[in-house]
Amino acid sequence: MATYQNIFTRVQVRGPLYDGVKLGRGAWRRSGTPYFNHLLGRIGDAQIGPIYLGTSGLAALIFGFFAFEIIGLNMWASVNWNPIQFVRQLPWLALEPPPPGAGLNIFLPLNQGGWWLIAGFFLTCSLLLWWARIYSRARALGLGTHTAWAFAAAIWLYLVLGFIRPLLMGSWGEAVPFGIFPHLDWTAAFSIRYGNLFYNPFHMLSIAFLYGATLLFAMHGATILAVSRFGGEREIEQVVDRGTASERAALFWRWTMGFNATMESIHRWAWWFAVLCPLTGGIGILLTGTVVDNWYLWGVKHGIAPPYPMVFGPMTDPATLPGAPQ
Amino acid sequence: MKKEFRLSIGLLSTVVLALLGVAFILSFERPPVDTVQRGYRGLGMVQVFNPRTEAKVAAANQVPAPEDKVDPAGQASSAAYQNVQVLKNVDSAEFLRLMTAVTSWVAPDQGCTYCHSADNLASDALYTKVVARRMFQMVEHINTTWKTHVGPAGVTCYTCHRGNPVPSYVWFNDPGPNHAGGFAQDYAGKNEVSVAAGLSSLPSDPFTPFLEQSNPIRVEATQALPGTDMSSIKQTDWTYALMFHFSSALGVNCTYCHNSRQFASWEQSTPQRITAWYGIRMVRDLNNSFMNPLKATFPHTRLGTLGDVAKINCQTCHQGVFKPLYGVSMLKDYPELGSDTAAP
Repeated sequence: MATYQNIFTRVQVRGPLYDGVKLGRGAWRRSGTPYFNHLLGRIGDAQIGPIYLGTSGLAALIFGFFAFEIIGLNMWASVNWNPIQFVRQLPWLALEPPPPGAGLNIFLPLNQGGWWLIAGFFLTCSLLLWWARIYSRARALGLGTHTAWAFAAAIWLYLVLGFIRPLLMGSWGEAVPFGIFPHLDWTAAFSIRYGNLFYNPFHMLSIAFLYGATLLFAMHGATILAVSRFGGEREIEQVVDRGTASERAALFWRWTMGFNATMESIHRWAWWFAVLCPLTGGIGILLTGTVVDNWYLWGVKHGIAPPYPMVFGPMTDPATLPGAPQ
Repeated sequence: MKKEFRLSIGLLSTVVLALLGVAFILSFERPPVDTVQRGYRGLGMVQVFNPRTEAKVAAANQVPAPEDKVDPAGQASSAAYQNVQVLKNVDSAEFLRLMTAVTSWVAPDQGCTYCHSADNLASDALYTKVVARRMFQMVEHINTTWKTHVGPAGVTCYTCHRGNPVPSYVWFNDPGPNHAGGFAQDYAGKNEVSVAAGLSSLPSDPFTPFLEQSNPIRVEATQALPGTDMSSIKQTDWTYALMFHFSSALGVNCTYCHNSRQFASWEQSTPQRITAWYGIRMVRDLNNSFMNPLKATFPHTRLGTLGDVAKINCQTCHQGVFKPLYGVSMLKDYPELGSDTAAP
């Protein structure tokens, strides 16, 4: 008998080519003739396509393409259309938000942040339309909308960073540049400006949920793989009809840590951990600069940042000394 | 079919692994890496260094042997030589000894005639002589007015020049890369490979705003709640880039001066931060009082793209070391550089 079908195993998941269930009224036709791909079959289902694009999917792709082009062409222009430099410096290049002096003006010259506003608008439209597509496809299949709401949590963080917080701060210049290294530098500068984000409780929560989600994913994935020899991969059926795989998985955790999730609850645990990561992170970003200006000093005020012994003796800001040079 | 497939997968993995290996080797520094604790235990207040690279830096920052001592001639240099405007009261024998040293510090290959015209040593015909005179005044100015930064060790010409007519580490105002312009986005001073800021995408020229102009460096709020600090994230990028420069110019971590849990806090900083604070003011002063006014003196070939004079930053003197030349004083062998000698 073939061993379990999964990544790093040699068995392909390959049934007869299948278009999927009948679509309801008013739906688009699915595009593409399905076919098998051996390599992809090694890591998942071997059948590729068909795809359901739909109005929202197509619109999302078009808006996404506009944003991608505006960002990419502005990056390319910043190396004077030199293709070699464009490739070499790509991780450093960016489409920069408007200068702080522009405030919340939305009628900016293209070269003074106008492109950033347009690209941000198109990218936001694209993401929201893609969300609508996720939602409507889930409904079309009679599914719950858990995926759409999880995606919405990520969109929340995106909107806080690029739209809601800049609105509250009164300046588009507070938003994140569109660029690979520049957005990372923005993150570091953000923490420095606001007195160390590690003292932000919502940042703490976000990190706990981030690492917690990966931990839960590892625990759950390992558990299911470990009981797959008893049919544990049919976990959803086992929510209502526990078999030996489910019992053994439960016993394993009860023995090792005294408590176990259930076949259903583990998925709620993982879903909430994953979703709370951007939700709490977004709250933390939103409070920064609007409600709290220096998280370290806020932490001192509320007793979460301990004082340490001074080893260098008293230190005075030289700018406060009489006769200090400018 | 199956065999070829396996072969191609094998080849592909080999290529990918080789590329990853190259990336790995290029991205990381070879051990050993050592740390030295500087602050209170457990706070990460440590200096990170690699003895292998440290040895290279140490070899490049050796102090040359001082010139042999001379007996005083009993005559002031201004009496012995014509057109002496600095070092006037220095004994003429000491003056000659200093000139010999300066030649080996600044123009070892070119010799005396790098600054002096061969037929009349007193002539100011060569621009280099006019610049050199101003540089003597600058050295004296540093050693007398900026003890807050240079301490008793002081500086000499060698601190920056190290045997080069133009110090190896100088900077010019940065016009930015060649942008397409037009209605494509304007250059924001950042988002290119920034050598000054540790190859990040932070601003490429943090020197002009902070070491020539006096823009505020402090961006962090000094109270928990908003209302007092209007600094933007973009402004923080510039400060951050400047701090990168300090770090690389001195071969130190952030924690050499700051407790990184709160960069702004003076109470938790090290005394080196105070020295650095005076250093920023010193460099500003030197760039504006000594370097920039020489613009008309320098020939065009010595000027930057924007027609500005070569200027000073931390790297000019420090050259990768926390104290230039590891704090060894060359001034003690040439004490005449430690006082104001332009006065009659």
